[in-house]
Amino acid sequence: MELSQKTIHEINDLLEKKEVTVTEVTQSVVDRIAAVENKTAAYLNLQTEEALRAAGVIDEKLGEQKKRTPLEGIPYALKDNMCTQGILTTCASKMLYNFNPPYNAHVYDRLIEEGGILLGKTNMDEFAMGSSTENSAYKITHNPWDLNKVPGGSSGGSAVAVAADTAFYTLGSDTGGSIRQPASFCGVVGMKPTYGLVSRYGLVAFASSLDQIGPFTKDVEDCALVLNAIIGHDPKDSTSLNLEKKDYTQTLKQGVKGMKIGVAQAFFGEGLQPEVRKSLEDAIAVYKAMGAEIVDVSFQYLDYALSAYYMISSAEASSNLARYDGIRYGYRAEEYDGLVDLYKKTRSQGFGEEVKRRIMLGTYALSSGYYDAYYKKAMQVRTLIKDDFNQVFDGCDVLLTPTAPTTAFGIGEKTSNPLEMYLTDIYTVPVNIAGIPGISIPCGLDNNGMPIGMQLLGPILSEETLLKVAWAFENEKGLKNLKAPLETEV
Amino acid sequence: MEYEMVIGMEIHVELGTKTKIFCSCPTEFGQDENTHTCPVCLGMPGVLPVLNEKVVEYATRAGLALNCEIAHFSKMDRKNYFYPDLPKAYQTSQFDLPICTGGVVEIEVDGMKKDIGITRIHIEEDAGKLLHESAEGTLVDVNRCGVPLVEIVTEPDMRSAEEARVFAEKVRNILEYTGVSDCKMQEGSMRFDVNLSMREKGATVLGTRTEMKNLNSFRALVRAVQYESKRQIIELKKGHKIIQETRKWDDTKGVSSSLRSKEEAQDYRYFPEPDLVPIVIEKEYIEKIKSELPELPEAKKQRYIDEYKLPEYDAGVLTASGVTARFFEEAVSLYDEAKQISNWIMVEIPPLLKEKELTMENIPIKPAQLAELLKLVKDGVINGTSGKEVLKEMFNSGKNPDEIVKEQGLSQVSDTGELEAIIEKIVADNPKSLEDIGAGNEKAYGFLTGQVMKATKGKANPQVANKIIRDVVAKHLG
Repeated sequence: MELSQKTIHEINDLLEKKEVTVTEVTQSVVDRIAAVENKTAAYLNLQTEEALRAAGVIDEKLGEQKKRTPLEGIPYALKDNMCTQGILTTCASKMLYNFNPPYNAHVYDRLIEEGGILLGKTNMDEFAMGSSTENSAYKITHNPWDLNKVPGGSSGGSAVAVAADTAFYTLGSDTGGSIRQPASFCGVVGMKPTYGLVSRYGLVAFASSLDQIGPFTKDVEDCALVLNAIIGHDPKDSTSLNLEKKDYTQTLKQGVKGMKIGVAQAFFGEGLQPEVRKSLEDAIAVYKAMGAEIVDVSFQYLDYALSAYYMISSAEASSNLARYDGIRYGYRAEEYDGLVDLYKKTRSQGFGEEVKRRIMLGTYALSSGYYDAYYKKAMQVRTLIKDDFNQVFDGCDVLLTPTAPTTAFGIGEKTSNPLEMYLTDIYTVPVNIAGIPGISIPCGLDNNGMPIGMQLLGPILSEETLLKVAWAFENEKGLKNLKAPLETEV
Repeated sequence: MEYEMVIGMEIHVELGTKTKIFCSCPTEFGQDENTHTCPVCLGMPGVLPVLNEKVVEYATRAGLALNCEIAHFSKMDRKNYFYPDLPKAYQTSQFDLPICTGGVVEIEVDGMKKDIGITRIHIEEDAGKLLHESAEGTLVDVNRCGVPLVEIVTEPDMRSAEEARVFAEKVRNILEYTGVSDCKMQEGSMRFDVNLSMREKGATVLGTRTEMKNLNSFRALVRAVQYESKRQIIELKKGHKIIQETRKWDDTKGVSSSLRSKEEAQDYRYFPEPDLVPIVIEKEYIEKIKSELPELPEAKKQRYIDEYKLPEYDAGVLTASGVTARFFEEAVSLYDEAKQISNWIMVEIPPLLKEKELTMENIPIKPAQLAELLKLVKDGVINGTSGKEVLKEMFNSGKNPDEIVKEQGLSQVSDTGELEAIIEKIVADNPKSLEDIGAGNEKAYGFLTGQVMKATKGKANPQVANKIIRDVVAKHLG
């Protein structure tokens, strides 16, 4: 097995034993990128030379020091909506084609402190709006399990980089499923932590009250390691929770015996691919066999989650994206007649179709005369859905659901029908609405050999429990060794 | 038909915090363009605001000083609109849940007291400035972006330009006292928007109003109100309807013109700011701020009357500005002659300030120096006339009064020996006066005193000189 195919904790063992160097590890990923990136197109921007240079520096340092931190010298990538000083941060938009932030996202600073090695910035749907990464202004990213299929989105590039072994881990952002759905489509682990657990400072905002940064990893243990590094209070983010730091690896392997796992009919409705249903039923059986109790739970308002989500997220986006006006940075229309025309042309030319659709939707929802019927109503629904989840978690420790109704669909298959595209988020958006954590882990393959993801949800700040329940399944079924058949495609 | 005007006001006041409302950039005025900026106040992608706690404290203080209720729960909202001086394309403000509500300010016009209601006070951020004069076209200076403001909104309780002015001055005075703002109107720290409508005197329904924005002096406020009320009366008399609109006041030309009508008014699409958490203020916090409030103008004025036995007029003048009151109090703490100090502050100092184009805020002398000067006058070291000369010199050179007195030899001549010699000579030189006095004409004493003053260049101590003159005259008349 190539070094690039290993997990973080496997590499950690090798580094501890001094069997490999950080440079060898990094070189292995750089070689892998050279071999497959032209097929997957996960990256918008590569920093491989800088990465190798950084690896050399860390090797020197590790030669002298005894203790290394778990992410020290591990190459990773960031979704291109996280600000990296001196490195382009485009949000896969023409609008920010030349934007070089003069500051770092909090998570990037954290990973610099941990000694992480940045490989580059990954492709995404423009401004994180989309479910297939097809809304990138720059390139289409391909699913390594089938290059004709989408990787999911919006953090498609981050999911693919992990699935194709072109990064040991990546960070994505999840506003309505943008980590969990691509993780599901690409057969990797993806987690959206509790809102406020990871600072949003320097994450280019899509919908501020829903956005949350989280990790993509090859297995659950790696997820715990990365989560350990990126959580924590940040005084620069007023919505960042001020809690004592946890070590999620401590409780990871405690098992699920006696735990209550909830199953709700609302997540197994119309439009669910039969193989996905079957795979989830198998997973339920696995948990039962491991000594967990399966309980039926029910929701009252879940049907309204998707509509409420598109109202709230679009309203916030319409305001968050208003600053891209061509005045101070980013794209500016070349020809214009006066200020209003400068605004109109810049924004018409700089934004893609989906972004413009959401801005218009959000602007409408906030307009005088419509506010009460749309935005306010959606906020009321939000409260009801939070209550719904609270009541559900009174009866179970975690909730088990499919991550998405289907496995990855074909490139171009849903681009002409936005509503159909929006429906792929139906199982993930309620989680952001409620602010609770969720994790997607692989649980099987469909008849075409495409990965199926299952989603585990828990109450606010239940990351420890979620990781424990996820690890137990992964450990039992051993799906973590399932690799995307990328080589055979050559 | 007799008309009455109805005026409501919105007052924007820049808070005197050291740093901006959502970042740690300094708020200092008058710096080079775009030097007090950071990614946060520049509204760059991905940055987040953090509310400056001092802003909440200052807004609470302002609210308490204006007799408002302080909300236990309030929140920030986004007011969305595009303009190049607004980097985020939204102003973070407060919409439906402001920090203060329901205050009142008592004013007095022509001896009549009246309450003006304060509807609300909310917190918001200032925008930047457009610079149109550049050869490169219009440029933006974002130094002012994110400077914290409170907006004070009144009830439509004012009925004349005079009431509007008195109210505005009173609010300025109170806020300056509380220390939440320097209220410097020439720097834009305090700006007025006036809502004005006319109605038949005695009517209860409000007429259609117009709004005039950004009046930045009391003079502009009064003139704009006078102009607009006249304009509306003319329109109404012609049988025209008043159009609800925003108007722009041109202070140079003394006229207002339509800026935009109600139909063209922007839809600001307010919604709760998701990047900030709600502002929750506990009772204890409010009590603490209340206990720390300084003495406000009304109370101070009464105390000046009671404690310093000053006439009401003096007390009113001295407390009309916090700076003047502080100057007076410091002087009186060093020299216990309140009325004398009051006289000099009211009468002697203003012309000197005016001459140098200064105000009490940047007066070049210290209260201690004034106290020292007045002591010299009281003790007879110099007389009042010299005192005024010394004060002028203090303004010019900043030197201490005793230094100036010494340098210019202004000390009064109280040395009886020296004076006796001078007076002997004067009496001898003016036999006519001696004759007149002998004939019972007391006025001749005055002439002799004048001669003594002339001979001593005004430095003779008048009391001492008078006594010696009488002695010498008595001696001569035998």
